[in-house]
Amino acid sequence: MEKDSTEIFGILARFPDPETLIVASRRATEAGYCNLDAYTPFPVAGLADAMRLKPSKLPLAVLAGGIIGGALGYFMQYYAAAIDMPLNIGGRPLNSWPAFIPIAFEVTILLAALGGILGLFVVTRFPQPYHPVFNVKDFQKHGSQDGFYLGIEASDPKFDLTQTRKFLENLGAILVSEIEA
Amino acid sequence: MTTSEDTPVLQPGHTYNSITEQISNIPLTRVRKISRGWWVGAFLAFLGTMLLFYAITYLFIQGVGIWGINVPVGWGFAIVNFVWWIGIGHAGTLISAILLLFRQEWRTSINRFAEAMTLFAVANASLFPILHLGRPWLFYYLIPYPNTLGLWPQFRSPLAWDLFAILTYLTVSLLFWFMGLVPDLATMRDRATNKWIRLIYGILALGWRNSARHWHHYQSVYLLMAALATPLVVSVHSIVSVDFAYGVIPGWHSTIFPLYFVAGAVFSGFAMVLTLMIPLRKALHMEDFITARHLDNMAKIMLSVGLVVAYGYMMENFWGWFGDNPYERAITIDRYVGAYAPLYWGLLFCNVIAPQILWFKKVRTNGPILFVIALLVNIGMWLERFIIVVQSLSKDFLPSSWHLFTPTIWDIATFAGTIGLFLMLVFLFVRVLPAISIFELRELVHHKSAESAGTETAKNTVAD
Repeated sequence: MEKDSTEIFGILARFPDPETLIVASRRATEAGYCNLDAYTPFPVAGLADAMRLKPSKLPLAVLAGGIIGGALGYFMQYYAAAIDMPLNIGGRPLNSWPAFIPIAFEVTILLAALGGILGLFVVTRFPQPYHPVFNVKDFQKHGSQDGFYLGIEASDPKFDLTQTRKFLENLGAILVSEIEA
Repeated sequence: MTTSEDTPVLQPGHTYNSITEQISNIPLTRVRKISRGWWVGAFLAFLGTMLLFYAITYLFIQGVGIWGINVPVGWGFAIVNFVWWIGIGHAGTLISAILLLFRQEWRTSINRFAEAMTLFAVANASLFPILHLGRPWLFYYLIPYPNTLGLWPQFRSPLAWDLFAILTYLTVSLLFWFMGLVPDLATMRDRATNKWIRLIYGILALGWRNSARHWHHYQSVYLLMAALATPLVVSVHSIVSVDFAYGVIPGWHSTIFPLYFVAGAVFSGFAMVLTLMIPLRKALHMEDFITARHLDNMAKIMLSVGLVVAYGYMMENFWGWFGDNPYERAITIDRYVGAYAPLYWGLLFCNVIAPQILWFKKVRTNGPILFVIALLVNIGMWLERFIIVVQSLSKDFLPSSWHLFTPTIWDIATFAGTIGLFLMLVFLFVRVLPAISIFELRELVHHKSAESAGTETAKNTVAD
């Protein structure tokens, strides 16, 4: 509760609607702020572009999971049927690949999905029991309901308590609050 | 196609707040203020669940001999119920994944519920393969694990595929459902007033803070999960169908099975969604979110998939007569006039004749009539599985080995019990979690207000 400037995590500005927020995010990015984040109660199309976010790399995690899953799923069956327990049944091929496709497919899907979810946990650093932004009372009340926020963090090289505050107010913010760390 | 512009997917006049409040207030109702209808329904479902536990306990003590199964009909109610339940699950995945990929925005208010239904149905389904084992405690023999016997499961068998298909389906459905739930859990966390309830929702929400950076990744994974779930759902019921089609039993050994089973699964699944949704939208006062448009669209899908199922029946009959296999022909004739003939004609009525009334729009948008049709389809699909499993097995090749199947009280108790468990889970779900995806509805409000911006005042007014 001490009002020390070192204990400020950033500044949070609330905007009246998603459109204003998109414009504000674009301006803030253009002004050179990079440690900023928007908070919206639903995914707003166009916001990622305005914030110049790079395309998510998580599809690669899904792909990796899928490839590993497919290879593992197939190899498990191959190992069982051709190496560890080869059974000669009327001279039929040991590596009867068509019969191994269904399980290989299921394991592919399973590990691809797990890869995506795991990647999401890593990227978002969830579970995350604490985050400073929740210290803002207004955010607690509206952040997951109807508030559209833009937060600029103190770690940003351009960050300056009064300057940034003024900047956000000029962008059409209806409420600007400091985020205590 | 007239997609009934007169009935929107979301009644006009809703704001971000009104949606959030209306949906999240249901799980946040204080225990004393829960309606009597919920208590009565949940109590009846609870009795059903207890019946299931009782039947299972007795089964584990006595063995599968308490059921009506006999030597040719080794797969009785257990496998009928297994296929029926897993099929019901398929509609949830179809609604949440396939309709998402096709950008059908009407899916938004029903996907959460349909996915929950999928989970509960698949959980019920996965009980049966274990229950029907002679030695259920050895079910893990199906799982490939290093064992002292030096043995592996037979990976060339569809029964081993089944295990992988169902476990994958259950896991992926659960992840997909939970992923969709996280942002709404954050809303519940922020709206809960009770400290403990807030804590529980808070833990489940994982710390979600609606960050745009998170949404960015979230959406890309969500879309991919949908893209993975789509072929998965087709594979699951195809694999279930080859459990039968790989056998040489007349009535099973047919290439139409995968298509016919997948269509049947979607058909019964939509019927179950409608069966639950129609009373629920009344009980929870959700008519603004689940409009006549939703009923109309779901009925259309049910009708069209029903026609594919009818095609499956037609092809079965066609091959019965046209194919040169006397056993297939005998089983086809037995369906018309044999011991189970009333059930066969019953399923044709429920699945082929009755749904044709859905060609009329008046019927598709009429809750009560649609409810009756959906119920008939549920029954019809159960009868279909009964005919496939039991009737085909009861008359195989040698007349000396024919034997009819009659269910015992334990067969019925187990089946009724799973319905009880299913309904119990549905009752608990609508009580503790938001039954409609709140954040996706907010997105819809935004979308609609952006569409009508200029003509109407924007709906995204910020209330203090």
